[in-house]
Amino acid sequence: MKHTPKPDMVLKGIFMAKKTLKEIRINRAWCKGCRICVHFCPGQVLECDAQDKAVVQRPQDCTCCMECELRCPDLAIEVIVEHPKEAAHG
Amino acid sequence: MAVQDYIRKRFFPHLWCQGCGHGIVLNSLIRAIEELGIRKNDLVMVSGIGCSSRITGYVDVHTLHTLHGRALAFATGVKMSRPELRVIVPMGDGDALAIGGNHFIHSARRNIDMTALVMNNQIYGMTGGQFSPLSGPGVKATTAPFGNIDHGFDVVKLATAAGASFVARTTTYHVHQMISILKEAISHKGFSVVEIMSQCPTYFGRKNKLGGAVDMLDYFKSHTTAKGSDAHKKDPLMIERGIFVKEDRPEYCSDYDMLVKELQLKGDA
Ligand code: SF4
Ligand code: SF4
Ligand code: SF4
Repeated sequence: MKHTPKPDMVLKGIFMAKKTLKEIRINRAWCKGCRICVHFCPGQVLECDAQDKAVVQRPQDCTCCMECELRCPDLAIEVIVEHPKEAAHG
Repeated sequence: MAVQDYIRKRFFPHLWCQGCGHGIVLNSLIRAIEELGIRKNDLVMVSGIGCSSRITGYVDVHTLHTLHGRALAFATGVKMSRPELRVIVPMGDGDALAIGGNHFIHSARRNIDMTALVMNNQIYGMTGGQFSPLSGPGVKATTAPFGNIDHGFDVVKLATAAGASFVARTTTYHVHQMISILKEAISHKGFSVVEIMSQCPTYFGRKNKLGGAVDMLDYFKSHTTAKGSDAHKKDPLMIERGIFVKEDRPEYCSDYDMLVKELQLKGDA
């Protein structure tokens, strides 16, 4: 009984499946290698390569927090996520 | 509409330096506009001169790139003739408060409905790193190699005293706060001022040995705090972020419109 989720909590999405990462797109032509995305990513997902361009190193650790996309001064990152709820409904 | 639909992709990569905070302002601004669902045709962005002012070149809305310090004057003309349009005026610290200081205080005094952004990186970037009225004492600049002795304005206090009916401050580190403040500022009817502390790694960072863009963002993270927080009570040197003023006050274009209607009625009688 104790573990039955309260209906309002279900509605608020607390028990809904988390969004999952589909792809992190980095526009190499726009990236200037400032490392802001690398430094502030909570999951150490990103790195800069030898050409000073951001690359996705550990996609499995991405929590889809969007911090990298929102903080990129060059609009060079796009985090594409999948919402399981939406996917189920087509 | 997608975020990318609000930019003029043909001008990218943009001209700002690696890690320049103005790019983060652009990023947050188009997200705020997108989340508010503002049609591109209903929005005018007016800027003056400086690195910051180049932002109008990158947004795919109605844009005017005008004279140094005079963006608010041009914007006032736009708003008076087409009050139904939304007007956003992005400015640098020197553009807004040195060259354009008078336009700034008088636009605030009139409470004309537009959003003024002060992208404050405490320096003149485009002209080569001179100190600005927001640099503050001790800051090094090309024109202050031994340290600046000028005191800086506090944008929040200045805008509040001049009569702006919405006044807020945030930084380029605090992007979620920036987006939400920008949304409120743009939706506010009256003169809204948003100071955005922004990094210029090329001049301000280098001259003051602050490291690169990442270090400067870390500085905004550790040296600012939410308005009224305990951290600020303990250390008053912490810079406060948040919304400082939000009041409903008579707006200039509405008052003008009312006056015209009153006089027309009198004329008809
Ligand atoms: S924040 Fe943007 S420009 Fe900077 S390294 Fe990452 S992708 Fe490149
Ligand atoms: S979305 Fe978040 S976790 Fe994923 S790469 Fe970007 S910053 Fe890292
Ligand atoms: S000089 Fe400074 S403000 Fe201008 S683009 Fe470069 S980093 Fe940005």
